[in-house]
Amino acid sequence: MVQKIKIIPYLSILLLLVAWLSLWVGSVSVSVLGGLTDFVSGVVSDQAIIVGEIRLPRTLIALFVGAALGLSGAALQGLLRNPLVEPSLVGASQGAALGAASVFYFGLFAAAGSLAITIAGLIGALVALLLMLALSGTGRPSLVILAGLAISTIAGAALAVVLNFAPNPYAMQELVFWLLGSVSNRGLDSLYVLAPALLIGGVIILSQRRLLAALGLGEQVAASMGLSVNRGSRLVVLGTAILVGASVSVAGNIGFVGLLVPHLLRPFTKYRPDQLLIPAALAGALLVCAADIFVRLLPYGQELKLGVLTSLLGAPLFIWLVVKESKRWL
Amino acid sequence: MALISTQSLSVDTRLKNISMQLQRGEVLGLIGPNGAGKSTLLKTLAGLESFSGEIMLEANKIDAYSSSERARLIGLQPQMVDSTWPISVEEVVALGRTPWHDRDEAAIQQAMQMAGVTEFAERTIEHLSGGERARVWLARVLAGQPQALLVDEPVANLDIHYQLSVMNVLKEYAANNNGVIVALHDLSLAARYCDKLCLLKNAECVAQGSAAEVLTESLLHSVYQVEVEVDLNRQPPVVLPK
Repeated sequence: MVQKIKIIPYLSILLLLVAWLSLWVGSVSVSVLGGLTDFVSGVVSDQAIIVGEIRLPRTLIALFVGAALGLSGAALQGLLRNPLVEPSLVGASQGAALGAASVFYFGLFAAAGSLAITIAGLIGALVALLLMLALSGTGRPSLVILAGLAISTIAGAALAVVLNFAPNPYAMQELVFWLLGSVSNRGLDSLYVLAPALLIGGVIILSQRRLLAALGLGEQVAASMGLSVNRGSRLVVLGTAILVGASVSVAGNIGFVGLLVPHLLRPFTKYRPDQLLIPAALAGALLVCAADIFVRLLPYGQELKLGVLTSLLGAPLFIWLVVKESKRWL
Repeated sequence: MALISTQSLSVDTRLKNISMQLQRGEVLGLIGPNGAGKSTLLKTLAGLESFSGEIMLEANKIDAYSSSERARLIGLQPQMVDSTWPISVEEVVALGRTPWHDRDEAAIQQAMQMAGVTEFAERTIEHLSGGERARVWLARVLAGQPQALLVDEPVANLDIHYQLSVMNVLKEYAANNNGVIVALHDLSLAARYCDKLCLLKNAECVAQGSAAEVLTESLLHSVYQVEVEVDLNRQPPVVLPK
C-alpha cells in the first residue's frame, strides 16, 4: 500500500554524502576509507583513531539523535494534528534533563562511567513520560499538551532547584553545557542506548502510521475505520518519549529539529502524516549531522554548541512559519 | 435477512430501546429534532459507542466481528468532518481504504466516480467549496466499499443542487445491494429519497415505517411542536412547516 515517494532515495543519498563528509571534516585531514578499514580490522594507526574513535561516534550519534528527533516530531504533529508541536512537549526533554542533572549533583550511577548521564537521562525521560501518560489518560490532543506542560513545568522547577544548589561552579557549568546540546565527546557506547531506542520507538510509531493518517480526518472517522484511537495515541506518545528521552539523555537539548523537519518535508509527502515519518527521520539525521559539521568548521576556540546552532537557525524559520500560517487565516 | 437489525438498543440516556431493521437495497432515513439521538444511533452502529441490547449484522452479533472486519462492513460518515492537513482529494478518498489495509486504486477511482469528484481529484481539500467537500467525504466512505453506509446529515449547509446530488449518490449506492442509513433534517428530502423512516424523539423511536406512516401532520406536530404541511402525493413530496 505504500506509495512510491521519490523523496526517500534523495534523502538517503544526501544522508550518505553528509555522513561521509562528517567523517572527513576535521582539524586533521585523513583518509576516511583508510581510517575506517584500519579501525574495523583493528590496526592501530592515527587515521584509525581519528576516524574510528573520534569522528565515527560523533557522526553516528548526530545521525541517530537527528533521526529520533525528526521522527518523533513528525509523529507528534500527526497525532496532535498541530504543525507547531515540538517533541519536547511531552515532557520527556525536561525529564531527561532533570535525570541527567541529578547525576551531576548527586553523582548517581558512578559505576556506569560515561554512560551515567545517559542512563539517568533515560530514566528521567521515562518517569516524566509515565507521569504524563497517567495524567493525560486517553491521549487526547488537548490533554497530552496540558499534561506535557505540567510535567515539563515540574521537571523544570526541580532542575532550577538543582542548578540553584549546585555543589560547585564546575558541576553547574558542565551541566549547563550539557543542556545546551552537543554530540561531541560522546563515546560509541552511547549508541547502546540510542540504537535500541531508535529501533523500539521507531517500530512503535510506524505500527501506528495508519492511525496517524486517519486522524487527519478526526477521531470519529479514525475510530469508524476500525482503528483504536486511545490505545494507538498512547503508543505514539510512548514511542515519542522513548525517542526524545534517549536523544536528550545522550546529546542534551537540540531544539527545533523535531519542529521544523516535518514542516519542511510535508509538501513532498503529499501532506500525509504516515508518509512523512521515514523522510522526517532521514532529514532529521541529515540536518543534525550537517549542523554538527558546520559547528566543527567554525574558527577554533570555544566550540559553539550544536543545540545553540540549531536554535539560532531554527528560530527565524519558526517565525517565518508563524507569519506564513497567520497569512493563511487573514 | 436484515443487513443490520437492532433489538432493544440503548446507550446510557441518549438512546432507549431502539429496535429497527435495515434491508439490503434500502435507504433508511433517521429524522427527529436536534438531540433526539440520530447521531448517537449512527455512531453506535458504527462501533463508536458502548451499548446495551443487541446489534446484529446479518446473522451475527456485531461483537463477533473484529474492529477491522466491522469497519469493512459498516462505513460511517460523521456529521462534522474536516481535514487537518491540506491533502488532495484523491488522498482523502484513499484514506477510506484504511479498514482494508490496502490502497485499491480501482475502488478509489470507482468511489470518486460515484461521488462525482474525479474531476478535482488532484486539488487540495481546502480549495473546495462546501458542496464539493461534502461529496469528497462521501467518496471517502464509499472507497471502503461498506455494505452498510451510515451518513450523518450529509446535506446540511448544501445548496439544492448538491443536496440532490448527494442524495442521488446514496440512493444509487443502496440500489447496488447495499444498505444506507441517513440522518436528515429536511423532511421533504427524507420523504423523497428514503424507503423507510425512523422518527426519533428524546432518545426513543416514536414511529417507523413508510413515509406515509411516519410523516403525518399530527405525529410531526407532536414531535417538533410545529404545525407541518404534508403532501406526499406531490412529485416530489412536500413536507414543510406552516
